[in-house]
Amino acid sequence: MSDTTDGQVLTTQDGKPLKAALANALRREKLRSLMLIAPLLIFVLITFVAPIADMLFRSVENGIVADTLPKTVVVLKEWDSGSGETPDEEVYAALYDDLVVAVDNKTHTRLGSRLNYEESGISSLFRKTGRRIKRMDEAGPFKDQFLAADKKWGDVETWQVLQRYSPRLTPGYFLNSFDAHQTAEGIELKPADQRIYMFLFGRTLFLSIVITVSCLLLGYPIAYLLAALPLRTSNLLMILVLLPFWTSLLVRTSAWKVLLQQQGVINDFLVWTGLIGDASRLVMINNQTGTIIAMTHILLPFMILPLYSVMKTISPSYVRAAKSLGANDWTAFWRVYFPQSVPGIGAGAVLVFILSIGYYITPELVGGTSGIFISNRIAYHISSSLNWGLAAALGTLLLVAVLMLFIVYDRIVGIDNVKLG
Amino acid sequence: MSALPPYASPLQRTWFYSFRIICGLIFFFLIFPILVILPLSFNAQDFFTFTKEMLALSPEGYSFKHYNDFFTNPDWQQALTNSVLIAPVATLLATSFGTLAAIGLSQSHVPYKPAIMAVLISPMIVPLIISAAGMYFFYSRIGLQGTYWGVVLAHAALGTPFVIITVTATLVGFDRSLVRASASLGANPVTTFFKVQMPLIIPGVVSGALFAFITSFDEVVVVLFLGSAGQKTLPWQMFTGLREQISPTILAVASLMVAISIALLTVLELLRRRSERLRGLTPG
Repeated sequence: MSDTTDGQVLTTQDGKPLKAALANALRREKLRSLMLIAPLLIFVLITFVAPIADMLFRSVENGIVADTLPKTVVVLKEWDSGSGETPDEEVYAALYDDLVVAVDNKTHTRLGSRLNYEESGISSLFRKTGRRIKRMDEAGPFKDQFLAADKKWGDVETWQVLQRYSPRLTPGYFLNSFDAHQTAEGIELKPADQRIYMFLFGRTLFLSIVITVSCLLLGYPIAYLLAALPLRTSNLLMILVLLPFWTSLLVRTSAWKVLLQQQGVINDFLVWTGLIGDASRLVMINNQTGTIIAMTHILLPFMILPLYSVMKTISPSYVRAAKSLGANDWTAFWRVYFPQSVPGIGAGAVLVFILSIGYYITPELVGGTSGIFISNRIAYHISSSLNWGLAAALGTLLLVAVLMLFIVYDRIVGIDNVKLG
Repeated sequence: MSALPPYASPLQRTWFYSFRIICGLIFFFLIFPILVILPLSFNAQDFFTFTKEMLALSPEGYSFKHYNDFFTNPDWQQALTNSVLIAPVATLLATSFGTLAAIGLSQSHVPYKPAIMAVLISPMIVPLIISAAGMYFFYSRIGLQGTYWGVVLAHAALGTPFVIITVTATLVGFDRSLVRASASLGANPVTTFFKVQMPLIIPGVVSGALFAFITSFDEVVVVLFLGSAGQKTLPWQMFTGLREQISPTILAVASLMVAISIALLTVLELLRRRSERLRGLTPG
């Protein structure tokens, strides 16, 4: 580096300062790699990230009240909900104007079903009023006419719900997900017989833990055996793990449906051997047992593969050294081998747990009513009850849980170390 | 553990054999459900269990009627056609975008690499029901819900993480001086890509494509929400079959799909061996 000590700047052949030329080259290289990544990044952002963001938005979005009843929302703001009095004539007049437009566009029924999630009975109130609105006297007075159409318009509660859900953003869906709701007195838990989501989250958690533990209990010996056997044998046995891994989820679920039925193969076999009587066939499907058995089978390869890849790196000489120092088989395993396999247990357990808490298909098909997960409820709200906001809020909660677990997984394994097959 | 030493005590001997029996039982648990549907799919009756004739191995107990039903029933044929129309296009999209991005990601200076990686891998992490819900909401906004392209794009997005992971893994062993050598000999970047880089990373690309294919071909949750009756795929048809009127034709379809899995598994194993050979590692 004699040049620099002379105070001269190093240059490239064509006279540019070397530092600038290098920075230039680096920038070009960065740009090139970004250009290669850009198509996929844009693709994933549009087809995948945007939908997820949309779901997050929908879990708090509540524009329907303000869009359907724009005038009412504005004048209702002035009303004091704690006064115990129904709003003034002015509000009823605004409601009349809004409903005339809404009935023309047929949007009043949608608003009714939206508000019905918060207060049952509102859906029929809007439908009934919608039918009567044409016959009302345009000159007013409106309050009496509305009360004549349905006396619920005279209830303070109806107006409280309307006022509470006037803002464009609402925490209502999330409160619902936690079995709570807003009342005039603030946020409180729903009556005990209506609390279902916390129970479902709890069951999802419980079943996922049971499935993870059974996968670990079944997967550990297999991974241990595969890692200990000579490569030629273990490669052959590995097929028994990889074939289920590669077989379609629906194929495996249908296999369990066939096996576990009351008239299925397992029950037939047990009756044939005389272990159980023909009348007392075991009920193993459409309940939690079915979900646990089928999902343990489906997720077992996800436990075995990470365990195996960790156990493969444990040198057998440690165990041999322990034994030569006087440890018996159990001590050598428990004190020397097992601690080294813990990263594999962590990786496999977190992976299986993440996969199982979001499972939908298998619980839906073999879980009956007692073996379903929170995801089945999400699906129900999307396709049957059409309460999309609640589905989005439940989905958001599930997503947060999975992402937190994934951070744990990333700490243990590292996202770059994910291997397939 | 691989062999019992001659000096083993009776207790060690007992444990050695009982451990093997336990493992044997677990292997049985893993493989039995898949194997059992193969003979059942040839059942001559509409039962889901072995009939007396089947157990006696008499030919009357077996028939191809469920396979026959699969190949003649318009519902199943439509589902098969849809699957065949959707999966390859989704695979093509996922593989081409994914391979390019993996090459970009494996360069030495990538700004914001962890963040980009997190976004690109996310379709694999997020539970399918959440992806399905989000896509259903968003795609209905932009008019893609219930269309062929909606399903294809969704499946392609779900398949890309697998392509990224497999191709990146192959690129770890890729000698970058080969690209420079090719450039110094006058090849333009496109020629270099197709003549030098591609042949070397092709095992990773193909296994990534297989993963993407199986993701789309097996996928049922997203298509259930995003598709309309016109996009009913094979897994969807199986799902409705299992939920509503369970017909033994499902077992025939399942057996055919097991055959497909075996074929895919074989191809992957061959590719793995080839890639190890190319990297100078001999397959076990």
